[in-house]
Amino acid sequence: MKNIIEINSLNKWYGDFHALKNINLNVKEGEIIVICGPSGSGKSTLIRCINFLEKFQKGKIIVDGTRLSDNVKKIRQLRSQVSMVFQHFNLFPHLSILDNLTLAPIWVHHQPKQQAVDKSLQLLERVGIRDQAEKYPNQLSGGQQQRVAIARALSTSPKIMLFDEPTSALDPEMIAEVLDVMVELAKEGMTMLCVTHEMGFAKKVADRIIFMDEGQIIEQNQPDMFFNQPESERLQLFLEQILG
Amino acid sequence: MSVFKAEIQQKPPIASVGIFAWLRANLFSSLFSGVLTVSVAYLLYLSLPPLANWALFNADFVTSSNTECTRQGACWAYVIEKIDLFIYGFYPAESYWRVQLAFALALFIIAFMRLARGRQWRFKAIILAFLMYPFVAFVLLYGGFGLEVIETHQWGGLTLTIVVAAVGIIASFPLGILLALGRQSKMKIIRLFSVLYIEFIRGVPLITILFMASVILPLFFTEEMNVDKLLRALIGITLFQAAYIAEVIRGGLQAVPTGQFEAADAIGLNFIQKMSLVILPQALKISIPNIVGSFIALFKDTTLVLIVGLFDVLAMVGLSSSDENWLGRETEGYVFVALILWIILYSMSKYSKNLERRFSTEHKI
Repeated sequence: MKNIIEINSLNKWYGDFHALKNINLNVKEGEIIVICGPSGSGKSTLIRCINFLEKFQKGKIIVDGTRLSDNVKKIRQLRSQVSMVFQHFNLFPHLSILDNLTLAPIWVHHQPKQQAVDKSLQLLERVGIRDQAEKYPNQLSGGQQQRVAIARALSTSPKIMLFDEPTSALDPEMIAEVLDVMVELAKEGMTMLCVTHEMGFAKKVADRIIFMDEGQIIEQNQPDMFFNQPESERLQLFLEQILG
Repeated sequence: MSVFKAEIQQKPPIASVGIFAWLRANLFSSLFSGVLTVSVAYLLYLSLPPLANWALFNADFVTSSNTECTRQGACWAYVIEKIDLFIYGFYPAESYWRVQLAFALALFIIAFMRLARGRQWRFKAIILAFLMYPFVAFVLLYGGFGLEVIETHQWGGLTLTIVVAAVGIIASFPLGILLALGRQSKMKIIRLFSVLYIEFIRGVPLITILFMASVILPLFFTEEMNVDKLLRALIGITLFQAAYIAEVIRGGLQAVPTGQFEAADAIGLNFIQKMSLVILPQALKISIPNIVGSFIALFKDTTLVLIVGLFDVLAMVGLSSSDENWLGRETEGYVFVALILWIILYSMSKYSKNLERRFSTEHKI
């Protein structure tokens, strides 16, 4: 399988703060990667760099053959290949659920309206909330909103999905419904990078788990090795804390 | 062992009903509010009867000159006699229908925008209101296309007030949006220009701007290009208002969460799409009360155009009271104008409340 994402000695600073230090990471097509680590370790920053929501100062990222740079046109093309699901959903509150989904297909990909609507309804069906299509985001529960956000991210038919702590703003009883959707997606062969602390999810679907701390990748491995034979001390400590 | 037993749903207790309970809750809830209630009632007792006597019971309605207004109250005959002057200024009487038609069309469009449902109809309403109506209204009021030309120095009264306010409102709005976006722009020169413009205009009173527009602006033009006096005032007012609207909208823009900008970026919208489809609809909704507040202030400020020799409704009162048949009757005129302005401004305020409710998606279940 070829690499769909190549990250080479990536460095990022916020002012004087060195947020990402010399990150190297290759992701194959269809690979499911879970990124975990303590807060402030740079995991969100890393995946936000991949769709250029964050600019970086050194190193290079190549996504699907395109090297990321300031070129606005290229970045917009890239963003229809790489979709993002946010911690706080970030649905557009002034638009109905359906309009949230059809926005990018109609305006960015210039699809005919009917086609966009049909496809959006299919996506809503897939995440199990087709009957809410005419409602507004604020009328839905957190779990439903996050499923809509996933459907919206899928509306541009991306090759890569980025998840930035998709369940950490949810009430506990709603986490499962979102994870179920993500598991389905993983099974269908989507390339996914998930920043999450849901270790059950990681065990179940991840091909590789990456542990980050202080802006660096400390350790990466396939799930059973990752959990059963952690090499570094920091990861051992982290796993102890998170798994209890 | 205790067994769980579900409680039956009950109605809330009826604590207090009836007029006395209402009085106690609203007017006499404490000693202080009781004292306030009694004092206000006494003040009303002192002021209302004389006012009613002046305005209604001792007033003259049908006379032909000041000297015939013999009763002690108001002389409304003066307002009735001068009403055309108040509304149309020096506009030729045989063309009043043109003003009336322009206002009627405006009301029709407002009603149309109010009733329009669905994106397509709303879009048509906006095109109608902002692109077609100004042109039609201009032809109706000014002339051309077969209509006799009525120069702007003949315009006046309430017509002029509303024209100045409406043009100021409609033209300053898009300009204000651009300035607000400019002030947040990443491009330094655009940001600097916007900041300088906004801060300069806001640091200067409207009167000064009007003076500049009417005295200094002509210096830049040649004799033949003499720009119309009304147009100069309109430009001044629009430029003035745009700075205030820009600041109001900037407040709204700042209230839109960063996540909305990021989500719009992440789905691949370009800058114009991001702003017009995602950010501005939310920012404008948040800003509605302040935008309308600012427009209400502008409406009142239009009375300042008298300074540059335009006769708005207020100026018409002053002018008409120098009629020797009606000397010293300004009071009635000013009360009448106050009433009209209050009706218009209160309607604007109500309309703003209405807009807020229409755009609310918070509790629509």
